[in-house]
Parts: sequence; structure tokens; C-alpha cells
Amino acid sequence: MIRPEGALIRYTTVTRINHWITAACFVLLVLSGLSMFHPLFFFLSALFGGGQWTRAVHPWIGIVLVASYAGLVAQFWRENFWTTDDTAWLRKFDRVLVNQEEGVPEAGRFNAGQKFVFWAMALLIPALLLTGLVIWEVYFSAVTPLVAQRIALLLHSLLAITAIAVWIVHVYAGIWVRGSLRAMTQGYVTPGWAWRHHRKWLRGLASREPAPRPEGMP
Amino acid sequence: MTNTWQDIKNANVVLVMGGNAAEAHPCGFKWVIHAKIENHAKLIVVDPRFTRTAAVADVYAPIRPGTDIAFLNGVIRYLLEKDLIQHEYVRAYTNAGLIVKQGYGFQDGLFSGYKEDTRSYDKTSWDYELDGQGYAKVDDTWQDPRCVINLLRQHVDRYTPQMVSRICGTPQDKFLEICALFATTAPPDKALTSLFALGWTQHSVGAQNIRAMAMVQLLLGNIGVAGGGMNALRGHSNIQGLTDVGLLSAQMPGYLLLPKDSELTYQQYMATRQYKPLRPGQVSYWQNYGKFFVSLQKAIYGAAARADNDWAYDWLPKVDGGGYDIIRAFEMMNNGQMNGYICQGFNPLQAFPDRNKIRRGLSKLKYLVVMDPLDTETSRFWENFGPQNPSDPAKIQTEVFQLPTSCFAEETGSLVNSARWLQWHWKAADPPGEAQTDIWIMSGIFHRMRELYRKEGGAFPDPILNLTWDYTNPTDPDPEELAKDMNGRALVDIKDPSGAVTLHAGQLLDGFSQLRDDGMTTSGCWIFSGSFTEKGNQMARRDATDPREQGLAPNWAWSWPANRRVMYNRASADPAGKAWNPQKPIIEWNGSKWAGIDVPDFVPTIPPSDAAGPFIMNAEGSGRLFARDQMAEGPFPEHYEPFESPSPNVLHPKVKSNPAARVFADDRAAFGSSADYPYVATTYRLTEHFHFWTKHALINAVLQPEQFIEIGEVLAKEKGIGQGGWVKVSSKRGIVVCKAYVTKRIKPMQVDGKPVHVIGVPIHWGFTGQARKGYGANNLTPSVGDANTQTPEFKAFLVNIEKASAPPA
Amino acid sequence: MAGLQSQDYIRRSASTLTPPSIRNHEAEVAKLIDVSRCIGCKACQSACMEWNDLRGEVGHFEGSYDNPLDLDPSTWTLMRFTEWENDKGDLEWLIRKDGCMHCEDPGCLKACPAPGAIVQYANGIVDFNSDACIGCGYCVKGCPFDIPRINPVDHKSYKCTLCSDRVAVGLEPACVKACPTGAIMFGSKSDMTAWAGERVAELKSRGFADAGLYDPAGVGGTHVMYVLQHADRPSIYAGLPDSPQISPFIQGWKGVLKPVALAGLALAAIAGFLHSMIAGPNEVQAEDEAKGRRLLGEGDEAP
Repeated sequence: MIRPEGALIRYTTVTRINHWITAACFVLLVLSGLSMFHPLFFFLSALFGGGQWTRAVHPWIGIVLVASYAGLVAQFWRENFWTTDDTAWLRKFDRVLVNQEEGVPEAGRFNAGQKFVFWAMALLIPALLLTGLVIWEVYFSAVTPLVAQRIALLLHSLLAITAIAVWIVHVYAGIWVRGSLRAMTQGYVTPGWAWRHHRKWLRGLASREPAPRPEGMP
Repeated sequence: MTNTWQDIKNANVVLVMGGNAAEAHPCGFKWVIHAKIENHAKLIVVDPRFTRTAAVADVYAPIRPGTDIAFLNGVIRYLLEKDLIQHEYVRAYTNAGLIVKQGYGFQDGLFSGYKEDTRSYDKTSWDYELDGQGYAKVDDTWQDPRCVINLLRQHVDRYTPQMVSRICGTPQDKFLEICALFATTAPPDKALTSLFALGWTQHSVGAQNIRAMAMVQLLLGNIGVAGGGMNALRGHSNIQGLTDVGLLSAQMPGYLLLPKDSELTYQQYMATRQYKPLRPGQVSYWQNYGKFFVSLQKAIYGAAARADNDWAYDWLPKVDGGGYDIIRAFEMMNNGQMNGYICQGFNPLQAFPDRNKIRRGLSKLKYLVVMDPLDTETSRFWENFGPQNPSDPAKIQTEVFQLPTSCFAEETGSLVNSARWLQWHWKAADPPGEAQTDIWIMSGIFHRMRELYRKEGGAFPDPILNLTWDYTNPTDPDPEELAKDMNGRALVDIKDPSGAVTLHAGQLLDGFSQLRDDGMTTSGCWIFSGSFTEKGNQMARRDATDPREQGLAPNWAWSWPANRRVMYNRASADPAGKAWNPQKPIIEWNGSKWAGIDVPDFVPTIPPSDAAGPFIMNAEGSGRLFARDQMAEGPFPEHYEPFESPSPNVLHPKVKSNPAARVFADDRAAFGSSADYPYVATTYRLTEHFHFWTKHALINAVLQPEQFIEIGEVLAKEKGIGQGGWVKVSSKRGIVVCKAYVTKRIKPMQVDGKPVHVIGVPIHWGFTGQARKGYGANNLTPSVGDANTQTPEFKAFLVNIEKASAPPA
Repeated sequence: MAGLQSQDYIRRSASTLTPPSIRNHEAEVAKLIDVSRCIGCKACQSACMEWNDLRGEVGHFEGSYDNPLDLDPSTWTLMRFTEWENDKGDLEWLIRKDGCMHCEDPGCLKACPAPGAIVQYANGIVDFNSDACIGCGYCVKGCPFDIPRINPVDHKSYKCTLCSDRVAVGLEPACVKACPTGAIMFGSKSDMTAWAGERVAELKSRGFADAGLYDPAGVGGTHVMYVLQHADRPSIYAGLPDSPQISPFIQGWKGVLKPVALAGLALAAIAGFLHSMIAGPNEVQAEDEAKGRRLLGEGDEAP
């Protein structure tokens, strides 16, 4: 992949593939899930070959998502520990919102917002898995009591709505903070991007010998 | 049935005892529900188990299997003691006042005349005191100690409520509650109907069970009236027709009796069948026996039956040794005395008692012919089906011919229902594969046999060679032609005294009153005469009009005898000819004749003033509380224990069981004792299945898929048997391994101070068909029958039970 | 039986629009099951199998007369037997024909996500349209009576149709026709209710003081009703719910949650849009680039 001079590796190829598998699963789950959630969205089931296909495929996509997200967790969990800096960062979130990040505590590889998304998903996805299994008619309807299924149905929807809300935040943040998308598509950011958004991370990179520059850098 | 199915709705009290109408007759049971809803009737169920009939009953009482006579004699005692009988009816219409001969007596369980060596009675003392003209003496004041009602009073005196409870295990309060309900129908305008079936017949005292109830009904004035009667619910499509046309080993069509080997000549045969009236002015309809008999002989032998050969009397088989019932047949098979067996519409391996004996018997045959629409167990008896049929084909030399037959929907003909209605039905489809009608098969066998007799002569070819076989298609006679044969026709022009021709030669008869004993008429079954007349096939009528909506529908099909719907209906009116129940009259005297909504069971022109009794088939014209010589074990019903019973006969310990029942030595040796087999078992049917047929049908198999037995919670706990757990039930004759249904519906009963547990054994499973393989219930049942009918004692016998594991699949 | 014009829909699953409803003069029907005159013969069960061409497996004996043991995709109606000892200590064998109750307010229909897979006709019959069924099993969870069953082979939900095909052409349901004792009656709901009143009075005269009609208000009434000898405790009849209603979880899920959730998600998206309009993108500035590069160029030394 051709990258500009001075570009910093933010996500490796494996990470990016992992992310986009997760993202694709998530989108498919949202589409199929919404089609079974509200009549207005039932038309979305056509994307999957109709209602029967949608119903059949949704839980399997969920399984793939769980596996895939587990991969992300394995890669990122260390860098997502909450620190006092994160709390301080959040306190200055009003400044972040208006794109004035000077004076906001420096963020490491992930800022508090990203950590929130990470942990929210890390909790929501297993919960969706568990409630999803209970209402997975084909395999588990016979072994769970009806009342549990009813509760699971409600919870699964609630969790999914929450997850979609988190996802909207995540996606919007990716669009809002220019350069982020490229980080996840092409894997690199510029030193300026790192300086602006993840200065502590940049400092970490700079202190390493040799700095992890892409090949071809002077 | 004396009455019709629909007539049940007219009852004020419905008794289901000796049967389980809701389960075995769910369609007919609708009329019980009608009685409850429209007539506010009370439903009483007396049964060892709380059945599906009991589920809709007002009163349920448990009873130990095989003790119904004690119960009913207790009812009779209650009614007589409390004087809750219908006096005028009993006085006018029963033999209550007739005086019984000196010499008749009952002591220590035996009636007078017992012959221990032959286990039978000399019945000469069981009769009336006759006057100089040969009429029975009577005391209408009932003062004479030897009149029937007083002898009956004396006979049932022992059956106190305490005694009933001690024998039957029925709680006294339930028994008395039921007695009181019975008594509510003693008023002339109230009726009780008795619905029974195999729960009464399949006992060593089966016929007496039914007699005891018939006596109760006579005392209550419930015979012949709307909503009353004795109603045997027949369990088998056309089993009524089977008995009507005499398919029993000692009978001929129309309840004529096959001659005995002691009756060497026609004159001897007829001597005991003159039926001279025993009271002045009585009809005694069996006086016409000769007309029925001669017409039957003409139907069988045609022109070959002539006055000069006593209507071919000598060609009839003569019964020796009491008949060739199924128990005797298999005894003979086992003894090598019967070598071939034609089994038409019967499944002995499932249906007859002591399955192992049945299998041994079949294994000794040279040939077995099975005619059946289904692949019956009997036809596969020689095959090894595992523990359910552990045969070794290598050791069985019986040649088996399986002849598939059509089923009812694949043939045209008539079926007789419980209410004696001959209902014509039309073929709906062709039989599958190589199946043929029974008529086609039997015709083929007949023609081949006759050909052999023609060619080879043989010891006695006459009955076969002279058989008349006058059909358009001799190899497959048309059912309509056969039906016309049954109805009968004039053989020559018949003239009245003036010389006018009343019946042309060949004309179909209007009824049995036209039959003659001079050979001028023919009729294959006198009671069916009138079913297919010159007006057409009366059995095919489908007019449901029901005058007064009283459940008779006289123009629907045709009912024997003479399209009469309620038997003994003269008794529905009082001696003066007015209906006992003005709300539901059947026939009344209108000043010149008997008329009403039914064909009178009486000579329509005999006025009430002639005091002729309504029971015209009896020589005394009255209903019999005292049976004279008609029953094998006594003129009054007496409680005898089943041959396998857990308790002594507390009334007469020395005579425990029916002293007149025939028991073969090997069968007696196979009776178990209560020491080894402490529990009482009873067999029955479930509503989901019809005998051994419907297990071949997928839907029925789904609805009741697998064999089980039923036991009470107390016994299950004692034996450590869990709900649905495997058990082994054993009698001295065999075992059944199946699952257990532990139920509240069977509770231990206190019998003579000791608890008696009942185990219920449904009969339906075998090793062919769609349902799961099962052991036949007849692995357990004893080979002993009722003394009169030889109907096997399937309802009360002894078993043991233990936990078991599943049999190999 | 979708598309029978004589039976217009008044409710249609997963539909936001009013179904065609101009033919509004149709009388509501009801099946009345008089438990007090039921003899448990299972004629209704076999008639159901015959009419609907259903043939289940030959099962096993499971310690009761309930065969099969439970409703299943091929068993749309089932006799349930309960041995119950009354307060006097006498045994009663309660036999109840179980099956779809055809609720006025059907929980299955409410829960169903597939448009038109569950419909309610103007006559009150609740029917499954297998063609539209997606096999999710939500109807099972929505039903307060635990009636629908999903067939694992074709993934369709099945239950009693109240023989909507027969009723549409003026016939009674097959079970009604087959019942020998008249324990199952069919007619207009008002007639059945009136007849039930007579039956209840008769039962009371026979000593069943608590006899009554089961037409539970919690689901808006039902188009299959029972006459019970002990209407004060329906649950003794093999667990007939004492006061059935659509589960609050299902109510919440299909009631409040749907609009609230959609509104919430829309709000989130709108918030993003507004933020984008107001605050605009957060773009890296040239000065950021310079500082970043400097930091990398100068090693550990901070600018």
C-alpha cells in the first residue's frame, strides 16, 4: 500500500480486516434486526432474501460478530483501560465537541470517547448474544422457559437499540474527526492527526527507537 | 337394546354399570348428554375405575370387579324392603305372584337339583306349581310364602348394605345414594335406563349380571317404557347382526336353537318347543316356532326340505356337549381334536383368553384360514416378533392361508346396530389389491367343496349337495338377493279360506306373521322378515321423522322384529291401556286396537280386558323375576366370586364360584391363587381404539400409541412404580411388560376388611399395525366362561405386578 | 387461509396501515367448549387431523391420556386430562380441549414481525398465513396461552385456524362437527354466550356453585370459550391461565419500545447532523502537522 511520507501506522492490516468484518456484521445485524423490530423496516428483509432468510441468518451473523469483536477485544483491551486522564478528558468534552482540543488532556492511543464505545460494545455484544440465544427459536426454544424468552426478547431489543445508538456515535465520530476513517481503511494517520487527537500516543511513538515509521521514510 | 339409542334421552336416571358407554360408545353417548340437559337426568356410574363416563356422571361408585350381582341384589333388597317398587306394574306384568313348586330351594350357595359330577343342575324344581289345567298357580295378594316375590325377598335378604359393601368394596353411603336414585324411577312416569356391555357379559356369571339388572328394571316398572329398558350396547359393528343370524355354535338364525344330539327326530325337537301358555289367555308367541323353523329349512334346502323328510331335519348338525364355543374349540385344538380352523373376521390370538394356550392350539393345526381386511396377529402367529410373540417358525407346521377381505365401506349390505336396526349401506370404494368380499370367498369355498362331495361322495354329502343356491351370480351373490332370502317369500300361491290368493308364488313377505309350517313359505331369518318387502328395501329407508320427538324414527331403516323400536312396549301402558307416563306414551288402547308411535309388541286387537301379559314371548305372558329353567346356575341371580378372586365367598365359603360354569382341567390348573397373584385385574377398551383394528390406523395410533396398564397411587407407591415406568404384570398364564399409568382413578377398596387393589389392563396392542408393539392383554386372562354363554371372564382375574425394564425393541 | 374475501381482516400483523375494513357487518363467531359434557373421546383431535391433513408421529405412552403429550406443529388441538380431587374429596377428571383461543386482542399477532403472517378476520378468527411466516417464534412468546408451535422442518408457525376455510363457506369447524356429545358448539359469539349462560345455570343446579363461562377480559375476550364447572379456578384445568393477558414484556417491547427506540435513534442521527452543521468537521491543521513531525523528528524532546 502506498502511504505518504511520514505516515504513522495506526491499525495493522489484520486489525483493519477484523474491524471491518465486525462492522459489516454489525450493519447486517442492524438491517436484519430492524426488519424484525418494526414494520416500517420489514422491507429491509428483502436484502437478505426475505423474512425467512433474515430470521435464519441474523443469529449466525451475530455469532460471527461475537467472534470478530472478541478479536478486537483481544487486540485493544490493554489500551482501553480507563485512566484519570480519561476522566479529565471527559470533563473537557464540551471543548472537544466544538473542535477546540487545546487544553484538553492529551489522549493516548484511544480517547475516553473511543474507550466508551469499546467497553459499551464489549458489554452489549455478549448480552445480545445471551439474550439472542434464548430467542433463537430453532435451537433453544425448547430448552428455555417461555417467560425467559419473553424477557429476552425485550432485553435483546433494548440492548440492540442501545448498541445502535453507540454505533451511531462511533460512526459519526469517524466522520467528524477527519482522518479517522483513513486510519481504519488504509491504516495510517499523519503525525499532525496524531498530534491533534492522540498526542500522548504520538509521544509514545516518538520515544521508541526507532520510531515505527513506515518503510521508505527518511 | 330393548329401546333405541335416541330413546335414552327420555330417561330420568341413566345407569352405566357393566360398561363404559362414553368411551366405548361415544357417538351413542350423546343421548345420555341429551337426557342430562333436556330431561335433567342423573347419570350414575358404577365401575372399578373412574372412567371417562364417570367424568360426566353425577354419582360415581367404585365396585370390585365381578361383584355386580351382590350390588344389584342389594338394590333389589333395598327396593323391596323400603317398598319402593312400581306395584301395579309388578303385580300385572311380572311373575311376582306366581307360585313356585315345592322342592325348589336354595341353600349354602346352591339351588335345588345340583349335580356335582356334571357341574350342572337338574332344573325340574325350578318351575311353577301348576293347576289341573296346566296353568301356573298365582296369588296376586302376594301372601303365599312360595310366590315368586316372597322367594325373591327371602333370597336377597342376605344382601344388606353392609354385606354389599363387604363384598363389593363400594362405600355404603355411595351404595345407598345410588339405591335412592334407582328408587326415584319407581313412580309410573319415571324411568331408568340401564346401559351395559362387556363389563357385565365377560364374567363367569355374565348372563346373571344382566338378569339381576333386568329384575331391578321390572320391579321399577322400567321395561317397555320410554327412557327405560335393558340396553346392551354392542361393541362391534354388526355383532348384533351376528347373533341375529345365529353365528353361534349352538344357534340358528333368529334365535332358533340348533338341535341337540339327544333330539333325534324333528318330533322330539319340537316337543319341547310347543310353548303352551302357562296362564290363561296368554299369547306365548313361541308357539309359532314351527313356522319359523320350517321356513328356515326351506331357505336352506329349498325343494329338498319336504314334509316327508321332516323338512330335512336330519341334515342339520346336532350339538353335543353344550356347543363348540371358542374356549372349547381351542381346548380341542390343544388336544389334537380340531385340525383345521377357518377364522373369518376374528383375531383369536388377541381376542381369546390365555394367549399362550391359543398360540399352542394354532401351532398344532394342519391349516389355518384367516379372512380379514387387516394383517391380524392370528395370521402371523407363527412368526417371531420378539417377546410379544415368541414363536419359533421352525417348529410350527401349520399352513396358513391369508385371504384378504373387503371392509364395510367396500361392500354393500346391512349392518344391525345395538338398537336392532338393520341399516343398509352402499359400497363406497373398491377393495384394495386382491381383497374380495366375504360373500365371494365363501361362495368359492362352497362351490369347490360341493364339487369335491359330488366327485368323491364322502361320509355324509347330503347337507352340502342339497343346499339351495339360487342366485343370479352363483359365485358372487348380490347382497340384495341375500337380504331377500332373509326376509322370505311365498313359494306357492297362498290363499285365504275363501280361496282368494293372498300371496303370489315368489312374492316377498310383509312380515313373519305370514310364515307357515307347511313348506309354503321360506325365510332365512324370521326376525328379519319385513326388512325387504315388495315395497322395497326397508333397511334403505332414510326418513328421520320422529313423531313426538321421542327417539323412535320409525321410518329410518328397519328394526327387527316387525320394525318395532321399543320391545315389550305393551308394558308402557297400564293394564287398562293408558300410558304410565302420559308425557311419553308409546302405544295405548284406543278403544278398538293398540296404537301409537311404535308398532305394538302385542297382538294389536287383544283388548286390555283380556288381561294378556305384555311379555308375549314368555309362556306366562309376564316378565320373569324367577327365571324358571332358563339359566344354567339358578332362577335367581346369586353372588359367586370370579374364578380367580382375592377373597372368599363370604355368603357361602364352600361354593365360591359359579357351580355351573364349565372348566376344563388344564384351564383350572392354570388358575392362580391370591397368595401368588394378590391383585385383581380387569381388561377394557379405550375410546381411542376399536379392539385390535384401529391400531392399524395412523390417527388412532397417534392418539393412543403404546400399551400401558393403570394402577392406583397407593399400590404404585408400595411397589415403587413411578409414573410411566415399566412394569411386568403376570398371571399364572403369562406376562405383560408395559408402562404404568399411576392414577387417582383407581383406589384400593376395602373388601371383607382387607384392601383390594385393582389393576386395569387395556387390550388394544399387539404386534401388527401402526401403533407400538405390545403384549396382548390376553396373556393374562383365564380360560373360563359364563355358564350360559361361555363368554370368557376377561373382567376379573388375579395378577401380580412388579417394576421392570423395557423389553427389547 | 389468506385472501378469503368473505373474511376481511380487522387486524394484520406488522402492519402500520388499516387493513381493508369496509365489510364491517360480519358477526363475530365463537366456539364454545362445554367441559362439563366432554367425554375426552378425542374425536375433535382426529377430526382436526383429518380435515387439516395433519399426521404426527406415533409417540410413546407418557403417563397420561394426553397424546401427543403437548401441542406440536401437527397437533393443533389436544385433549388435556387432569385428575383433580375436589373439596369434598371426590375425584373429578377434568378434560379440556386445548388449542388456540382466538383472542380478541391476540398476543401472537401483536408480537409477529412479518406483515400479514397473522391476521384477524372480522368474524374474530385469528389465522396464520404460513406463506408470510418467517419462523421467528415471536408469536409463541406473544401468546398468553402457549399455543403456536414452530415446525422445525419448514420453520412455519402452526395452530388451530378455527377452520377458517370451513367457516368461510358456512360450515362449522371440523372438531365441532365431530364432537359426539355436543360439548363443542359453534355460532355467533352472542348466541354462544347466551347458551353458555343456560349451561352454567344447569351446572349450578347440579351443585357446581362456581360454574361459569371462561371468556377472559385480559385478552379482550376470546372466540373460543369454555364452560367450566369451576370457573373460579381455571388453572386446575391443565393450567388454563387464571387471568391471561399478553405478557408485560411483550407489551413493552411491542408497545412503548418501538416508537421510543426509533425516536431515540433518529435523535442520535439528527444530533450528529446538527453537530456536523454547527461544529463542522474536526480537521488536522497544518500547524498540527508541523508539531507532530517536529515531535517525531526531535525524538524525546518536547516542543
